[in-house]
Amino acid sequence: MTATTVPATTRTERRWHRLPVIRQLRLSAGLQRVMLVIGLVLVGVFVLAAVLAPLVAPYGFNQLRDDAGGFPRQAPPSAEHVWGTTVGGYDVLSRVIWGSQTALSVVVLSIVLSMFLGVLLGLVSGYLGGWLDRVLVVIADAVYAFPTLLLAIVVAIVVSGGQSNYWGGILAGSVAITVVFVPQYFRVIRAETVRLKAEAFVESARVIGASTWRIMLRHVLRNATRTLPLILTLNASEAILTLAGLGFLGFGIGPTVGSEWGYDLNRALADTASGIWWTGVFPGAAIVLLVLGVTLVGESLNDLSDPRLRLRKRTRRPRSTEKAGA
Amino acid sequence: MSDVVEIRDLNITFRTDAAEIPAVRGVDLALRDREILAIVGESGSGKTVTAKSILRLLPDTADTAGAVVLRGQDVLTLSRPKLRAARGSDAAMVFQEPSTALNPVFPVGWQIAEGLRAHGRISRRAARERAVEILRTVGIPDPETRVKHYPHQFSGGQKQRIVIAMALVLGPSVILADEPTTALDVTVQAEILDLLRRVRDDFGTAIVLITHNMGVVADLADRVAVMYKGEIVEEAPVAELFAAPRHDYTKKLLAAVPRMGAHLAARREPAASAAPAVQARGLVVQYPGRFGRPGFTAVDGVDFEIAPGEVLGLVGESGSGKTTIGRAIAGLTRVTGGSLAVLGTEMNGVVEKRFTPLRKDIGFVFQDPATSFNPLLTITDAIAEPMVVHGVVDRPDRARSHVEELLAAVQLPAEYADRFPHELSGGQRQRASLARALALEPTLVIADEPTSALDVSVQARVLELFAELQQRFGFAALFVSHDLAVIDEVSDRIAVMHRGRIVEQGTGDRVLRDPQHPYTRQLLASLPVPDPAEQAERRERLRAESAR
Repeated sequence: MTATTVPATTRTERRWHRLPVIRQLRLSAGLQRVMLVIGLVLVGVFVLAAVLAPLVAPYGFNQLRDDAGGFPRQAPPSAEHVWGTTVGGYDVLSRVIWGSQTALSVVVLSIVLSMFLGVLLGLVSGYLGGWLDRVLVVIADAVYAFPTLLLAIVVAIVVSGGQSNYWGGILAGSVAITVVFVPQYFRVIRAETVRLKAEAFVESARVIGASTWRIMLRHVLRNATRTLPLILTLNASEAILTLAGLGFLGFGIGPTVGSEWGYDLNRALADTASGIWWTGVFPGAAIVLLVLGVTLVGESLNDLSDPRLRLRKRTRRPRSTEKAGA
Repeated sequence: MSDVVEIRDLNITFRTDAAEIPAVRGVDLALRDREILAIVGESGSGKTVTAKSILRLLPDTADTAGAVVLRGQDVLTLSRPKLRAARGSDAAMVFQEPSTALNPVFPVGWQIAEGLRAHGRISRRAARERAVEILRTVGIPDPETRVKHYPHQFSGGQKQRIVIAMALVLGPSVILADEPTTALDVTVQAEILDLLRRVRDDFGTAIVLITHNMGVVADLADRVAVMYKGEIVEEAPVAELFAAPRHDYTKKLLAAVPRMGAHLAARREPAASAAPAVQARGLVVQYPGRFGRPGFTAVDGVDFEIAPGEVLGLVGESGSGKTTIGRAIAGLTRVTGGSLAVLGTEMNGVVEKRFTPLRKDIGFVFQDPATSFNPLLTITDAIAEPMVVHGVVDRPDRARSHVEELLAAVQLPAEYADRFPHELSGGQRQRASLARALALEPTLVIADEPTSALDVSVQARVLELFAELQQRFGFAALFVSHDLAVIDEVSDRIAVMHRGRIVEQGTGDRVLRDPQHPYTRQLLASLPVPDPAEQAERRERLRAESAR
């Protein structure tokens, strides 16, 4: 009994070490660790802001007045409005904080949607091959050929139907981004599946007599999705940019139903000439920092997953003592 | 006699994620002028790392301590420009896989000249002349035209000759040959070994030969250093080492080398009356060609039979079609012509649905145990998979007791059942692979080069186990291998394949003791024997025979 309990405790102790990001953090060293930590901190700040937005934000995202009366327009930073107000009279700090909620929900939703669709199609297409594979590859290539933003605009209009409400806008943004990203996931998973199909362990499953679905789900799927977390983090930053681009062009979420950084940037466009910096800098910086954070996490996870790129802790023994000893 | 290379108290450690791993520990080694020194050992014993340290060709994660003196200068402390000058001109390297050591987009003459240009000014024309000359020396026919050809236009053996030519062209005093013949067929291996011997005799180059093949050692080496776990456990002249090994590990290593005529079990005469497990008549397997080109015929009209309970050894060089036959029997490759009956079912034009129920009577052991297991399933899951698929049990853990029985049968402890494939060594994995093949007690087992990815000592145990299990379960087997000695140890009958055809088949003793076909004779003659004296004699005989 005692013999079995001892390894059990060590295993539970180590279990949290095996969690995705924590495992990589423990593996990292040197510059890669610095990059990963900076990225994680940046992303963490935005996640916290999004979750705690109702508590942290001084005002609502569409609030134009409080007990003291209406907000001034284009007011410079002050005690009441720490980052100033916009041309429409919204509080910039509040809109930036609420905007992180919008950005993160769109990113999560779009990634989940495109991942499921892309993985399923890639698996079926890669493993079964034949005419289905050819048709799907042609469609993916056709989607690739479109300018991504144009495609996203078209899809956003189709999904939202021209109306603007919060969840409608988020869904429209997510689906638009999904359509752009599905071909990427599809291609990666398809390529992995085609490679795995020729691996000996898939052949050994075929020799055993396993059915096609069983081979696909049990033997190919989990092995094919290994590179997925890395594409996922790198795509997340692209998703933020696409959403901001949509908002900037006016195809996102209106100011009354939600806060969106791209829209705010668009409204701040006219302010730049008149020296009003605070309406543009803060939402712009928010976009840059979130993209930077996500990219840093993605890049360093990418490097850490490759043993050849991974830096290792150096415990250098002085050569001179070694020689003196010998 | 002076020392060309002297290694003093060499320690090399690799930094990995888990810990620092010592690869080489306190190695002292000297290489004399005009000497062929063989470093032998299992994979991971540090033999390649030791040799590469002579050129300081180690990755950044390696920490080295000690001294490697190459022609009077310590390579480990040399400045980069001096190191670059020493590489190629003092010591050169011959790699294991000639097709990856050559750059596919440049003609071979250019690649040979590149070394010349890197070590001094030389005109294009002079470099070309030197390249032609050196190609002629290493035995490439018609070097004036061949010098302009690209690597893919040469055969594997010729590519290795070119790699040797690249090493030779700068007149180095040492050539490091890292498993120079492992990727080559046995007949080609004999030629390359001959070339290396001539390089030493004609150019006076010392050679460090890294190999795990004791036959190659016996054929070529003057002195042997045996490495085990990063240390040199024994160092002796070759005749002395083979005649009287001192260290236990060396004794074990030599005992494990498969030898001709050491059959593990008594050969059986097939029972004539029973219906054969596999029967091929004019079997043809053709792989489809690229658009507008004829397909490649891998197996070309082959006849053979495997009686129930009989082991047929299929031997041949790479590309001879032996693996294709195994795959065709298992239904992995489509039969395109003739007839192949497996357990009474005709495979030519069979539909998968009709063949699936038969699969539980067929076990398959793959060549590389590292890739034949799904890395995400435990050993229990993997071994129980055939039972789950064929509805014997509904979940892998229900088959637990049977899995443990199977693991016991292949001499693996029961606690390995919960491990993942990467937590097992190569030999253990191959034994688990045998357990998986036997899970449903098949009547036919196909073993496709099951030991070629394993070390010699591990190979010996797996072969013993295979013979023992075959006796116990009485399955018929097709054993595919390129190694005649391995085939000899396990098979009742032997079929020799050459270019898609079976050139000779018969009982093991008949084929090996009294070969009829010239190709079989050549194959037997090329196989180096792990005994220096006998090998020297065989070499002379082979030379005399080919001169005739």
